[in-house]
Amino acid sequence: MGISVKHISKSYKNVKALQDISFEVKPGELFGLIGPDGAGKTTLFRILTTLLIANEGTATVAGFDVLHDYKSIRKHVGYMPGKFSLYQDLTIEENLEFFATIFGTTIEENYDLIKDIYVQIEPFKDRRAGKLSGGMKQKLALCCALIHKPKVLFLDEPTTGVDPVSRKEFWEMLKRLQEKDITILVSTPYMDEAALCDRIALIQDGEILQIDTPEAIVKHYPKQIYNVRANNMYQLINNLNAYKYNHSVYPFGEFIHYTDSREDFEPADLVAYLESKNLLHIEIEKTEATIEDTFMELAK
Amino acid sequence: MSNNKVIQVEGLTKMFGDFAAVNAITFEVEKGEIFGFLGANGAGKTTAMKMLIGISNPTSGKATVAGFDVYTHPEEIKKNIGYMSQKFALYDDLTVKENIAFFGGIYGLSRKRIKEKSAVLIEELGLEKVANKLVGALPLGWKQKLSFSVSLLHDPKIVFLDEPTGGVDPITRRQFWEMIYKAANQGTTVFVTTHYMDEAEYCDRVSIMVHGKIEALDTPKMLKKQFKVENMNDVFLKLARG
Repeated sequence: MGISVKHISKSYKNVKALQDISFEVKPGELFGLIGPDGAGKTTLFRILTTLLIANEGTATVAGFDVLHDYKSIRKHVGYMPGKFSLYQDLTIEENLEFFATIFGTTIEENYDLIKDIYVQIEPFKDRRAGKLSGGMKQKLALCCALIHKPKVLFLDEPTTGVDPVSRKEFWEMLKRLQEKDITILVSTPYMDEAALCDRIALIQDGEILQIDTPEAIVKHYPKQIYNVRANNMYQLINNLNAYKYNHSVYPFGEFIHYTDSREDFEPADLVAYLESKNLLHIEIEKTEATIEDTFMELAK
Repeated sequence: MSNNKVIQVEGLTKMFGDFAAVNAITFEVEKGEIFGFLGANGAGKTTAMKMLIGISNPTSGKATVAGFDVYTHPEEIKKNIGYMSQKFALYDDLTVKENIAFFGGIYGLSRKRIKEKSAVLIEELGLEKVANKLVGALPLGWKQKLSFSVSLLHDPKIVFLDEPTGGVDPITRRQFWEMIYKAANQGTTVFVTTHYMDEAEYCDRVSIMVHGKIEALDTPKMLKKQFKVENMNDVFLKLARG
C-alpha cells in the first residue's frame, strides 16, 4: 500500500499553502517532492501524517484514510520532520528505546532494519542527542522513525544543512530501505537529489508543476540548451538578456544556460553578437537539460 | 602588499587545546574575485572565517583582510567588510525601510546617505510596494536579495556570504547570483562559504577544507579536470572520502 492524494487543498488565513494537489505513490516506491522553501512540502507531510487537517480533498496512506483512520496511520508510518525533533537531553540509545517503547516494540525486534544505520552511531550511544553533529542527528532521527518497522516513511528535507558526504550516505541508506519494501516519500529543495528518486513531483507555491520519472522530466524539456561563457560573466548575462532572440538566460555554475526563441538558431550568430559587445573567449556548446532547467521553465 | 590582493593568508592556525581546528592554511583572494570557501561540517570553515572577519584571534600565522592585519586592526576590518548569512540576516519585526536605516546607521552612514541608498536599493530590487511592510512577511528569496544589498550598503571591499542561497527557488537563486556577479564586476570581492556544491560552481576559484587544512584550491573547471569528474560535488566526495 502506498500513498494516494486526491485534490488536497489547505489555506492558512490568506495564504494558499496547497492548491488541489493529487498524486499517487506506488507501494515500494521512492517518491520525491522537489521544491523550494515555502512550496508547501511540509504542509503536505503534516496532512499525510495526520498532524493537520486539509480544507478540501482526501488522502490515504498505507490504505488508511487520513481523517477516519488516523490512529492506524500513526502506527504504520515513520515521520522524520525537517526540524530535529528528538529529545536533546536523552542519549542516542535512550531516544531509540523511547520511540521503540511508544510503539510497543523493542530495539531488538526490528534491529535488522536499522542495523546498517545504527552501527555508524553506536560508538556514541551514550552521548546526548543535543551534542551530536548534523550528520549523526540525521542518522539517529532516521533510526527512530524506523524502529517500529513502518510501511510508509515520510522524510521532510532530511538532507538540508548536511554536507555532501553525509548526503550521499543518506541516499544510499534510503535505497537499501526501499529494498525492504518500505514506501518512501522524501522532500528536498536540492534539484540534484531528484535524480535519485523513482518518480518526482516538482512543486512550487502550493501547486504541482509536473510529475514523472526524473529521466522523463528532463527528456521533455522543450528546447536545446547551450552552455555559454566568456571573459566577463556579468557583462555576458546583461548582453544575453538584451539579445532580442533569447528565450531564457540563467546563470548555471561556470556557464550561462541559454535557450533561443528561433527554430533555426545558429550559435555562430550569437557568437558574432557577443563579439560585437566586446566580449572575449566566448564559448558556446550544446548541453543537456537538468531537473533545475525544467523546474525554471515550468515556473516561468 | 599589492593592491589587488584583498585577502592574504599565510600559515593561519587556530588551536582549541590540542586540536587544530584550522591548520596552517595559506591562500590569497583578489579584488573583484568570487571565492568559494568549501568544506564539510566541522572542517574548520566557520573558525577560519571568524578569524578573517576579526572576531576571533588566530593562534599563529598571518592574515590581512582589506589591507588590515587581523591581529592589530580587527575593528578596521569590520568597517571594510559586509556579512550576510542565511541564519542571521535582517530583523523580521522591522520594515524594509527600517532595516536599511538600521544597518546603514550601524555601518556609520549619514542620514542623507542612508536616504539616498535606501531609495536606490528599493528601486533596484523592485520593493516599492513592500517598502513599509515588515520583513518577516516577505518571501525568503526577497529577504535574501534585500539582505545581500544591505550587506553592501557601506560599499565594503569584501562581502562574506555564509551559505547564501540554500532553500531558495531556482529562479530567485539565479537573480541572486546575478547580483553577486554585478557586485564582483564593480570590484567588490565576494567570499562565499558553503557546503552546497552547486553554489561552488559559480565561483571564480574555490578552496576545499578537509580536517582543518586546505586540500584543494583552483577554478572549478581545473578542479574537475584534476579529479577527472563532472561536477564539484564529485570533487568534494573524492577529497573528503579519500
